Amino acid sequence: MIKTDHLCKRYQSVIAVEDITFQVRPGEVLGFLGPNGAGKTTTMRMLAGFVTPTSGRASIFGHDVQSEPLAARQSLGYLPEGAPSYGEMRVHAFLAFIADLRGLEGARKRARLHHVIERLQLASVLDRPIEALSKGFRRRVGLAQAMIHDPPALILDEPTDGLDPNQKHEVRTLINEMAREKIIVISTHILEEVDAVCTRAIIIARGRIVADDTPLQLAARSRYYNAVSLQLETAEQLAEARAAVEALPSVAQVEVSERDARLTALPRAGASILQAISDLSRSRGLKLKELHLESGRLDEVFRTITA
Amino acid sequence: MRNVGLILRRELASYFATPLAYIFIFIFLVLANAFTFYLGDFYQRGQADLKPFFAFHPWLYLFLIPALSMRLWAEERKSGTIELLMTLPVKTWEAVLGKYLAAWLFTGLALALTFPIWITVNYLGNPDNGVILASYLGSLLLAGGFLAVGSCMSALTRSQVVAFILGVVACFVLLLAGYPLVIDAFQGWAPQVLVKAIASLSFLTHFQSITRGVLEARDVLYFAMLIAFFLFTTTVALDLRKAE
Ligand SMILES: Nc1ncnc2c1ncn2[C@@H]1O[C@H](COP(=O)(O)OP(=O)(O)OP(=O)(O)O)[C@@H](O)[C@H]1O
Ligand SMILES: [Mg+2]
Repeated sequence: MIKTDHLCKRYQSVIAVEDITFQVRPGEVLGFLGPNGAGKTTTMRMLAGFVTPTSGRASIFGHDVQSEPLAARQSLGYLPEGAPSYGEMRVHAFLAFIADLRGLEGARKRARLHHVIERLQLASVLDRPIEALSKGFRRRVGLAQAMIHDPPALILDEPTDGLDPNQKHEVRTLINEMAREKIIVISTHILEEVDAVCTRAIIIARGRIVADDTPLQLAARSRYYNAVSLQLETAEQLAEARAAVEALPSVAQVEVSERDARLTALPRAGASILQAISDLSRSRGLKLKELHLESGRLDEVFRTITA
Repeated sequence: MRNVGLILRRELASYFATPLAYIFIFIFLVLANAFTFYLGDFYQRGQADLKPFFAFHPWLYLFLIPALSMRLWAEERKSGTIELLMTLPVKTWEAVLGKYLAAWLFTGLALALTFPIWITVNYLGNPDNGVILASYLGSLLLAGGFLAVGSCMSALTRSQVVAFILGVVACFVLLLAGYPLVIDAFQGWAPQVLVKAIASLSFLTHFQSITRGVLEARDVLYFAMLIAFFLFTTTVALDLRKAE
């Protein structure tokens, strides 16, 4: 289990992190969200033992990060922000170096090296100096380095930043596979990622936790939660459709996008409007291209909470 | 100790992965020989020994060693790899020692490559090889002392240029600690005990006493303690502000 207890970090006048408390259990994938400068990286650095908290404590599987640093680090795999690595080293030598420092030896070392090289598709760049790699490959080397000792807990600061869509998918699959028995904490600015991999999301703003919930529950806070979105064949029926939908008693508000002939109806609190709108479009003879129920928009919740 | 070895090996390999190592060795050899032959009147003295060769080492090291040590920690900070290293299950002192020993071994290699000059004097006459061996050891210790100071300066900053300048200044002060230039700066206001203590810290006095051919325990101890002190300071400096 990863625990933080009232973590604070102050840099001279700047308060980077102020009073962060949470716990993560094996099987959880925790996503850190928050605007730039919110304190995500600082929090992760305190978990990894790189930054000393001004006050508060953090522990990894019961080992206090400050008082038992080695024990805490042993069970942790860490990808620092920007995936730093020794640029002049070749990929294979670098991974072997990290494996050595992680205490891997002999057959197990070979097996783990083989595993991460395969999983992160690094075989083609093994003999290249890291500084000569593209950003995405460098990130993948950083990920390989973090998971080489098969740690029970992983802290990954923006693991998919700079990856192409295929690689993003690969890394998300990888995280989902490891998720069952591990603790994984990631930070990200990509909100789909939260839906794709996280079982829980913590939103941080100005160094404080402003939301801590499952992605579904967070999205449910959106005013688009249970909204109905319908797209018409042609824009001509848009005005008529709008008037009709607005007249429904359970509809609170209607938003219209002329460009794609789309109309989004927001329900009054707790109301369910899908059936009513579906009936209405049939009786009015609206030519529908698409009709669906929204589960809430995370980006909108994010903006509302962190504004 | 295993970790010290692993870090040492990686560091040493990284020297040779870039032109840095070759340039350093080249400049070291060129300057060492140039000083000896042009400034030291190697041939004209008509004596078969390496006195002029070793006499220039402190001045050679004064600039070359900080140039080598400036990258030790400043570069790790700049590139962010310090975050990687310090979050691995490695103790800070292991990293400090590993990186330091790699740099020292490397200077040792550069020093060893001056062997042709030793062959030359043996060819030209009958030098006292005991004195030469002691002088080589003294020179190695001197380089080790400079490197430890440089390691500490490098741990204080993320800028290699700043680390270099701090390194040169600190080494210069320690080199001449027993000489009027430094002593005068303390004379008058500092208590006499302190002035005496500073004077006894001089690199140059201890180095010269070794190059006379007697490897005295107190000189070796002096370098050992100085190195230990600066490596300890490096460790503390890193622990206190590794992320800043
Ligand atoms: N070494 C430092 N010295 C001074 N201030 C710092 C330092 N590191 C971080 N900060 C400040 O702490 C705050 C939090 O930074 P942090 O890097 O944790 O943000 P973040 O949430 O990771 O942002 P991003 O999304 O941009 O990565 C920022 O205001 C930053 O300027
Ligand atoms: Mg960050």
